[in-house]
Amino acid sequence: MTDLPSATQRQMGLVIDLDTCVGCQACVISCKGWNTENYGAPLSDQDAYGADPAGTFLNRVHSYEVQPDHGPAQLIHFPKSCLHCEDAPCVTVCPTGASYKRVEDGIVLVNESDCIGCGLCAWSCPYGARELDLAAGVMKKCTLCVDRIYNENLPEEDRIPSCVRTCPSGARHFGDLGDPTSEVSGLVADRGGMDLMPEMGTKPVNKYLPPRPKDGLAAQGHGDIDLLAPLLSPVATDATGFLGWLDRALDKLPGGDH
Amino acid sequence: MTFQQPEVDTSPPVSDEIRKTTCYMCACRCGINVHMKDGKVAYIEGNRDHPVNKGVLCAKGSAGIMQHNAPSRLRAPLKRVGPRGSGEFEEISWEDALDIAQGWLQPLRKDHPEKLAFFTGRDQSQSFTSFWAQNFGTCNYAAHGGFCSVNMATAGIYTMGGAFWEFGQPDWDHTKLFLLFGVAEDHDSNPIKMGLGKIKARGTRVIGINPIRTGYNAVADDWVGITPGTDGLFILSLVHVLMKAGKIDLDYLSRYTNAPVLVNQDKTSPDYGLFLRDDHGAPLVINRKTGKLAPFDMYGVRPDLNGTLAMGEITHVSVFRLMADQYLDDGYAPEAVAERCGIPAPRIRAIAAEIARVAFDESFELDREWTDFRGETHKTMRGRPVSMHAMRGVSAHANGFQTCRALHVLQILLGTVEVPGGFRFKPPYPKPATAHPPPHCRVTPGKPLDGPHLGFVQGPEHLALLNDGSPARIDKAFTWENPMSSHGLMHMVISNAHAGDPYRIDTLFLYMANMAWNSSMNTRGVMDMLTDTDDNGDYVIPRIIYSDAYSSEMVAYADLILPDTTYLERHDCISLLDRPICEADGAADAIRWPVVEPDRDVRGFQSVLVELANRMALPGFTHADGSPKWQDYADYIVNHERKPGIGPLAGFRGDGSAAGRGAPNPAQLDRYIENGGFFLKHIPEEASYYKPWNRAYQDWAVDLGLFDTPQPYLFQLYVEPMRKFQLAAEGHGDRQPPDHLRQQIKDRMHPLPVWYETAPHGDTKFTVHALTQRPMAMYHSWGSQNAWLRQLHGHNPLYVPTKLMRETGLQDGDWARVTSPHGAITVPVLEMAALNENTVWTWNAIGKRKGAWALSPDAPEATRGFLLNHLIHELLPPKGDGLRWANSDPITGQAAWFDLKVRIEKTSPPKDRPQSAPDLPEMKSPVPPPSQDLAWKVGS
Amino acid sequence: MHPAPSVIAFTTLSGLGFGLLFFLGLGMPAARGLVAFVFYAIAFGLAVGGLLASTFHLGHPERAWKAFSQWRSSWLSREGCCAVAALLTMAVHAVGVIFFDHRLRLVGGAGAMLSLGTVFTTSMIYAQLKTVPRWNMFPLTPALFLSLSLAGGALLAGQDGKASGFLVLAGVTLLAYWYQGDFAFDDSETTLATATGLGARGQVRAFEPPHTGSNYLLREMVHEVGRKHSKRLRWIGFSLAIVVPLLCLLIPVEGLALKHALAGVAVLSHIAGVACTRWLFFAEAEHVVGLYYGKR
Ligand SMILES: Nc1nc2c(c(=O)[nH]1)N[C@H]1C(S)=C(S)[C@@H](COP(=O)(O)OP(=O)(O)OC[C@H]3O[C@@H](n4cnc5c(=O)[nH]c(N)nc54)[C@H](O)[C@@H]3O)O[C@H]1N2
Ligand SMILES: Nc1nc2c(c(=O)[nH]1)N[C@H]1C(S)=C(S)[C@@H](COP(=O)(O)OP(=O)(O)OC[C@H]3O[C@@H](n4cnc5c(=O)[nH]c(N)nc54)[C@H](O)[C@@H]3O)O[C@H]1N2
Ligand code: SF4
Ligand code: SF4
Ligand code: SF4
Ligand code: SF4
Ligand code: SF4
Ligand SMILES: [Mo]
Repeated sequence: MTDLPSATQRQMGLVIDLDTCVGCQACVISCKGWNTENYGAPLSDQDAYGADPAGTFLNRVHSYEVQPDHGPAQLIHFPKSCLHCEDAPCVTVCPTGASYKRVEDGIVLVNESDCIGCGLCAWSCPYGARELDLAAGVMKKCTLCVDRIYNENLPEEDRIPSCVRTCPSGARHFGDLGDPTSEVSGLVADRGGMDLMPEMGTKPVNKYLPPRPKDGLAAQGHGDIDLLAPLLSPVATDATGFLGWLDRALDKLPGGDH
Repeated sequence: MTFQQPEVDTSPPVSDEIRKTTCYMCACRCGINVHMKDGKVAYIEGNRDHPVNKGVLCAKGSAGIMQHNAPSRLRAPLKRVGPRGSGEFEEISWEDALDIAQGWLQPLRKDHPEKLAFFTGRDQSQSFTSFWAQNFGTCNYAAHGGFCSVNMATAGIYTMGGAFWEFGQPDWDHTKLFLLFGVAEDHDSNPIKMGLGKIKARGTRVIGINPIRTGYNAVADDWVGITPGTDGLFILSLVHVLMKAGKIDLDYLSRYTNAPVLVNQDKTSPDYGLFLRDDHGAPLVINRKTGKLAPFDMYGVRPDLNGTLAMGEITHVSVFRLMADQYLDDGYAPEAVAERCGIPAPRIRAIAAEIARVAFDESFELDREWTDFRGETHKTMRGRPVSMHAMRGVSAHANGFQTCRALHVLQILLGTVEVPGGFRFKPPYPKPATAHPPPHCRVTPGKPLDGPHLGFVQGPEHLALLNDGSPARIDKAFTWENPMSSHGLMHMVISNAHAGDPYRIDTLFLYMANMAWNSSMNTRGVMDMLTDTDDNGDYVIPRIIYSDAYSSEMVAYADLILPDTTYLERHDCISLLDRPICEADGAADAIRWPVVEPDRDVRGFQSVLVELANRMALPGFTHADGSPKWQDYADYIVNHERKPGIGPLAGFRGDGSAAGRGAPNPAQLDRYIENGGFFLKHIPEEASYYKPWNRAYQDWAVDLGLFDTPQPYLFQLYVEPMRKFQLAAEGHGDRQPPDHLRQQIKDRMHPLPVWYETAPHGDTKFTVHALTQRPMAMYHSWGSQNAWLRQLHGHNPLYVPTKLMRETGLQDGDWARVTSPHGAITVPVLEMAALNENTVWTWNAIGKRKGAWALSPDAPEATRGFLLNHLIHELLPPKGDGLRWANSDPITGQAAWFDLKVRIEKTSPPKDRPQSAPDLPEMKSPVPPPSQDLAWKVGS
Repeated sequence: MHPAPSVIAFTTLSGLGFGLLFFLGLGMPAARGLVAFVFYAIAFGLAVGGLLASTFHLGHPERAWKAFSQWRSSWLSREGCCAVAALLTMAVHAVGVIFFDHRLRLVGGAGAMLSLGTVFTTSMIYAQLKTVPRWNMFPLTPALFLSLSLAGGALLAGQDGKASGFLVLAGVTLLAYWYQGDFAFDDSETTLATATGLGARGQVRAFEPPHTGSNYLLREMVHEVGRKHSKRLRWIGFSLAIVVPLLCLLIPVEGLALKHALAGVAVLSHIAGVACTRWLFFAEAEHVVGLYYGKR
């Protein structure tokens, strides 16, 4: 339904760790595989073996270069799927009620049998999280794997999104962000989890953990006091001296004879 | 009003059945759950119980379904009807195909087995294919390791009895500092990512040493954008600084390495530089307790790192003293190397200091008692939580062997190999070079080869030379040009066979290697060699048989194609005899099995080899009466015994309960399938570290059948066999190198790691390093036929560092002409900031030949995509001496892909539509054009 | 964005149609019988034709009726409801003036308001989208749609005086819309830095795209018009939509035929001009998602 629920019982979502994501695209293809075979219409591809291949994906991994004021440029891999916003504009713009946000867990879904494929919801999403499937003519988006996370046909440990289950580096975390005691909320609190485009007022549920500061070792040599320098003070200035040190050091070893 | 929402079925049925097998989208070999609906493959996910991937799966693995269904799959055996390279074939029956193959091979076996050159790609059935080749009797067999990463494997095994690659792994659970040298992806794809995730979650520092900051290097906390080819110098500088500061593990060095072993220092002696040994051949050390000579492995010995011994005229000093002499030299000081490495000296020191801090200040002990090979019991296991990993970035240079050695020496000096928090081997490693066989090359017509083809030379006596001193093998492996070429030199086979150097062959039999494209250096030249004819109009390489599963570029160049199944349609065996899938904590092996039957007239290649062997009655394959031992590969997997009780699979032997050793079990494959497609045996806790010296581990390995007797050994900081080659070059011994190679051997085969510049092109006009990287979501050339993966990487720009973009006036989307001493290509460029400022790079093997892989001829892979290989030659530019100098490591023959240097200049964009150059003519597709619209869903 | 012809046709034609209906509802011109029939036919033709055109880009036009249900929150739904209400109301009014020579004032007035309302709801579909800063300008975007609709409607309705006034208004609005629109993206303060949350670390730049293949977003939303191209089109659009019709109206001419001919030119030029500015309206619209793809 086009109205947003006034509150949802839980706020299920993803926490994505930009410090750990290696940009392997595993989540992208796993999502494609699961959602081609499961929820709603398959994710189609056009010109699949041709000059201009294109297809529907619900999750895409971008990459950005960041040039800090000092130090070398950094590269950050950046997965992006629906953020299941609290104030989801994609829901309210929908003329048919096909787009809706679930009360029980806050998941934003498209009811494909109601969708007319007008595309407006995709236009209203700042994050590019919705793609209209050309073959099916309906809007596709991340379902937070609603057909997995409660699925009694799956073993309990597999009741998590396909992309989370597959992520080799463990950069994707799934849980209730409405519950401050959840593991994901803990991560957000510890690591300064952030919103994308907060100025859009969408209040995304998904959070991103920023990369940790980088290239700290470079600084070590530059500053006035080199914290690590004492570790490297030479034991001797020449080879003979070194062998002398060696003798003394060997003696001090357990089992050394003096 | 109450909120209404549609009902969703949150518990839909997932699939009819799960079949567990092993992924083949790359060589990592993860366990997969194949979900089946209506008898078709519906969805593939990782197997949580599997030791390799523990449930996760990479992009390629998940996309396996599109690989399995790819329209490029070959459909039946093919016989060439047009000229080579045209792609014109007719489909024939298997009976005809096998008759043709037998007709070509059997006469060769009778008269000149070596005229068959059988080379295989990255399959993991090398213990089987080599067994076939050995029984056929040709000496010309190898897999692809020579162009891949033999430097890494060989340096590791000669130095410490095991290598990085997939043969070992960091102790992800305990490490507190991780250094990664020259890795974009590696074979351990998922395990490395899982490991990185694990240590990052703990906040462990990761240092990435790589000219390019993508992927693993992007998540590294510290990025060292080193100048390509200079890692050896950087590492030896770290060694210099750490030794100088005494930040080395003296106890470890004295107990577990050959640092205390005494070396002959008499320059006139034929033993100069060799170890002092006792009558049993055991290297001798000075026992610090007594001051006297003692064998290294004597009970209670305290080997003296500072040992010297004068015996008459001859002085002997410890390896460690030689190291001090060599590495304390100021030539290795950070200030001396900084400019060449492109790393400021303070940064080198900072990294050394961090290594020292973690190795020594954060060292810890695990409460596990263990007994070493000398019989001494230790209450605890000491951890030095610095771990390292490296791959082709260091190995694919012509100084790669020595660089890999340097890296291992660094690890060993820190005492961080096979200790908690450090680097750990996976069974069947650790296994010293001396426990491997030497290479064999003695050919007898009609008879098997005298032993396994590949191995580890211990000196000139093991070289694969004929009586006249000429190379025995077509690839010139194990010759003076590259004495320690343990994996062969697949990249030289076509070039040498074409040149008739050292001799001509009759049949080239290739399996699963795209040699007419991304697998070769000098791609264009290779195509010409494959199609070149002699004066009679016959092909210079008379016959080519090839097995591929897909319509690759190489298919067009073969005379006979034996089409393979996809990985979901056949039996395979990932064996401990081969490149297994073990973890540091356990031995494991696995199978593939036909989770679906082929819907085309294709056969598993290994079964075809069994059939060919049976037809030719090859000795190992047939009983005395000529009747076959095995019907097909599955039969072989279960019933073949290498040694009594030891077969391809270690699990469920005998009555099903035996592991490692045991009689063949007819139900073995079923037991594997029940167990999820794999078998795993854990290493006991007391055997989990210090494995080369740990009695409990050695006994466990003997139990499992990895060795027949315990094989404890010392790490070889100083590699004596290398010194033996130097001695030969200095004139000692009766096997002598040709004069033109003497200096190279003296300079390069230093028994302690050295660094030397690899300026193969020696041409000052080419100043920019050019590299490739593997995309994590693509496997070489296979990925492009995959409808999902090709949307991720459909073409490959050349990434150019910001500074070079400015200098050459380039902007994103412009086209550039890139020239090497060998050729030129025209390619689209994109800017990249997080890149060594003198390096350009592109993704490997995205560019495709028009007409291949069932792609439209105007596919972006063929129009915007390109191969850097056109710029790389298998030979160095002629030196004017009439000799063919390989573009390879002079020790191992490893192809030096990454020594490439180029010049780059802006060029006008192609007219009309994008087209990279060279633009090779379209080949005819042996498979029909595919349907372009996909909405893949099976089941209702 | 990538301007879809169906959407340009829809907004241009239905804008004109509802503009004409607005005047017809207010009894301008006070036509009856056949003349009224012609006017209404034109008006309904444009409005309904436009609405139909808009269904061309739907994935499932056969389900279009479902779009009436969500008027409480959705401007698209409101537009549908409003359009149908306007058309029905005006149909009643039309039947009165065509067949019964009788004008239902209240119905006409309501119809006129609903017609304008439809144009307004159309404009709000775009104006509501924060994701497209150039559209997300209140009240400029609705003002633009409304003034153009009124100007076109007046032109079609032969209300020369009002047409001149509304043309001037529309011209001013258009200029203001373009002027303001050129700053809109920057004013929105949405940047690659906020999009990625990485801004505090340094200068952010898009590196490799997530896929070399294309997708819906790139086709639909990430389309760049060259600056020069857009400047030229602005000139052309403005001249055709505003200047030429104004000149046609203001040039004092003798003779009914000439006058009608000029009126015809004015209408055609205006339609062409509006279509042109509409093309720009869509083509120049930059969706913030382009930031993620490094397009800005
Ligand atoms: N520029 C550059 N070139 C390089 C490298 C580089 O880093 N840079 N790396 C080099 C290295 S390390 C390697 S290992 C090589 C790899 O190069 P290749 O070994 O040539 O790799 P692939 O492209 O995977 O080609 C293997 C062939 O196996 C076929 N194949 C796939 N599955 C099956 C199957 O199930 N059965 C059979 N019979 N065939 C199958 C594929 O269709 C393909 O034709 O490339 C080398 N080339
Ligand atoms: N997804 C995927 N996985 C694969 C493969 C694949 O094709 N796709 N191929 C498999 C095969 S056959 C192999 S051999 C392995 C290879 O695995 P990798 O060794 O990871 O292979 P490359 O992609 O060649 O990466 C080489 C890295 O070394 C860096 N490099 C180059 N020169 C230097 C140097 O001088 N110094 C340093 N420090 N770095 C340098 C390059 O920038 C690059 O990052 O991957 C295997 N795994
Ligand atoms: S990310 Fe986009 S599609 Fe998802 S809820 Fe937010 S606005 Fe809607
Ligand atoms: S495309 Fe479908 S879900 Fe999106 S707004 Fe239109 S009707 Fe609603
Ligand atoms: S939660 Fe499910 S639907 Fe959403 S991105 Fe992950 S795999 Fe795709
Ligand atoms: S699977 Fe994980 S590491 Fe790979 S791209 Fe996705 S989030 Fe990043
Ligand atoms: S790393 Fe990926 S492609 Fe390789 S075996 Fe594992 S899942 Fe398959
Ligand atoms: Mo390789």
